[in-house]
Amino acid sequence: MSSGLGSSPAWVPRKRRGAELVLLSMSVVIGIAAYCAVGLGVEGRIPAGVAKLSFSLAAVAVATHLVIRKVAPYADPVLIPLVVALNGLGLAMIYRIDLSCEDYCLGGNYEPLANAQLMWTAIGLIAFATVLIVIRDHRRLQAYTFTFGLAAIVLLLLPLIPGIGQDIRGAKIWIRLGPFSFQPGEAAKICLAIFFAGYLVVKRDALALAGRRIAGIDLPRGRDLGPILVGWGISILILVAQKDLGSSLLFFGLFVVMLYIATERPGWLVVGGVLFAAGSYFGYVAFGHVRNRFDVWLHPFSDPDNNGQIINGLFGLAHGGILGRGWGLGSPELTPFSFSDFIASAFGEELGLTGIMAILVIYGLIVERGLRIALTCRDAFGKLLAAGLAVSMALQVFVVIGGVTRLIPLTGLTTPFLAQGGSSIVMNWAIIALLLRISDQTRRPAPEVSSFESDEATQVVKL
Amino acid sequence: MSELTLTLIKLGFLAVLWLFVLSAVSVIRSDIFGTKVPSQPRAKVAKQPKPPAAPKQRKGKAPRGVPTKLQVVSGPNSGQSVPLGTDPILLGRGTDAAIRLDDDYVSTRHARFASNGEQWFVEDLGSTNGTYLGSQRITSPVAVALGTQVRLGKTIVELRK
Repeated sequence: MSSGLGSSPAWVPRKRRGAELVLLSMSVVIGIAAYCAVGLGVEGRIPAGVAKLSFSLAAVAVATHLVIRKVAPYADPVLIPLVVALNGLGLAMIYRIDLSCEDYCLGGNYEPLANAQLMWTAIGLIAFATVLIVIRDHRRLQAYTFTFGLAAIVLLLLPLIPGIGQDIRGAKIWIRLGPFSFQPGEAAKICLAIFFAGYLVVKRDALALAGRRIAGIDLPRGRDLGPILVGWGISILILVAQKDLGSSLLFFGLFVVMLYIATERPGWLVVGGVLFAAGSYFGYVAFGHVRNRFDVWLHPFSDPDNNGQIINGLFGLAHGGILGRGWGLGSPELTPFSFSDFIASAFGEELGLTGIMAILVIYGLIVERGLRIALTCRDAFGKLLAAGLAVSMALQVFVVIGGVTRLIPLTGLTTPFLAQGGSSIVMNWAIIALLLRISDQTRRPAPEVSSFESDEATQVVKL
Repeated sequence: MSELTLTLIKLGFLAVLWLFVLSAVSVIRSDIFGTKVPSQPRAKVAKQPKPPAAPKQRKGKAPRGVPTKLQVVSGPNSGQSVPLGTDPILLGRGTDAAIRLDDDYVSTRHARFASNGEQWFVEDLGSTNGTYLGSQRITSPVAVALGTQVRLGKTIVELRK
């Protein structure tokens, strides 16, 4: 299949760094405009911190742009502006909720979060630059397949260790190290994606071709599937023990989709769907909190005292309507955790359907770029990894916004780049860095091949 | 802040947000079509005697950059050409070939040029000495652009306008 690639006319990809800069300046303008509009809406004046925020956002934009120009000049030009726009929107919304929440939310114990979020964005930027600079070739990651698999399990186990593990709001998914608390599950997501990609790329032929065929579905041999089932089973068990439904759903979906992409066997989607249905039913019967989530999903208005969060979120969306109330003019602070889990309903209230559609399209574009990188990538590992990262982003957005809008039962996951939460911001920036690294490899022009005139005489064999 | 100002701010912000989304989409759009293919450096055939002028039956309607004939540029049959239609073109020493190549190193049914309507492909038909694009022997159908030289035995053919 690869023959003739080198000698077909040299394909000169455009770097399009200029287009990236233009888009980036637009996303910085969006972030600053949102921040100013919040001040005007809530207090009737431009907020005092606008210089600091403008400077920070511009610094983020310029720094990412320069890093990319330096170490990944052929990387995709659209991803970074999209991400910076989301990050700026998230900062503005968290600041907006800070303003209304100071003496209202959490029984008066509310601490402003916008500054911390800005600091986490800076750390995310450092993570982004580190990944891009340290990992010069994503194929090197394949050598550490099992290291990443082990790391994922260790990361998922960390919150269960007494001492550093923390139980916040019924889920044991946090660790506390000094003043910082961190959600290791976010990092485990990347490690698992690398592990699945590295393992499946080696075993996909065995998984797809060797094995028995039962009921029209090709089942692989146990020894090929063993390690991946063990890895997946351990992570799911840990998640059940930690009562983190959203992450279980995300990891399971990621696992099934990557298996499908690697083997090109639609049977896996059927198997995955059946397993998922069985798992949901088992969870519904066995765990009270799962049943509770289903009840809240199906009949939120039957118990307004306990389901206040989702009811308020829905009222917020309805209050927003088509065009929204405008920045600072709704009341998203009435919904508990509208700065993290329910940030989508806060956006729905203040920017309306029009605004939340724009945000969803931005997510869609990020996922589309990820899948496009997977399509054009030349090596199988990069293909699988890019597709896995893109799919994990898509699933996460679907699970959290689907939960907020009551399309599916609500499970706790962060909205990437928007929601308050340090680990989520940092790890999502790292994901974008990985995607850009793969994209840079993909779009880079192919190395020169020598012309044939020098060896014309040597290759002709007379028989 | 008057009601009107706030409404204008709200609508203005939504407009800017969508403008951003649409510009991102437009960058992606031009990203798909915006690849430049450099003009092909013609391989030097200076040593060869100039091929006899092929009959000029250029189709005026053909759009730019679309090949209209397959020409032998080097080898015993140098100068011969065959107009491109929609049917595949067989090259070889056999009698059913579009150009009967008088070349000892070419098989009877050597290679085939075929089009999918917008792009021409060359496919090796299991020849003894192989079909080469540059220094690479092709094993599957490969797209050939205008001016790309394809070698069969001692014969070199290319697509021309």
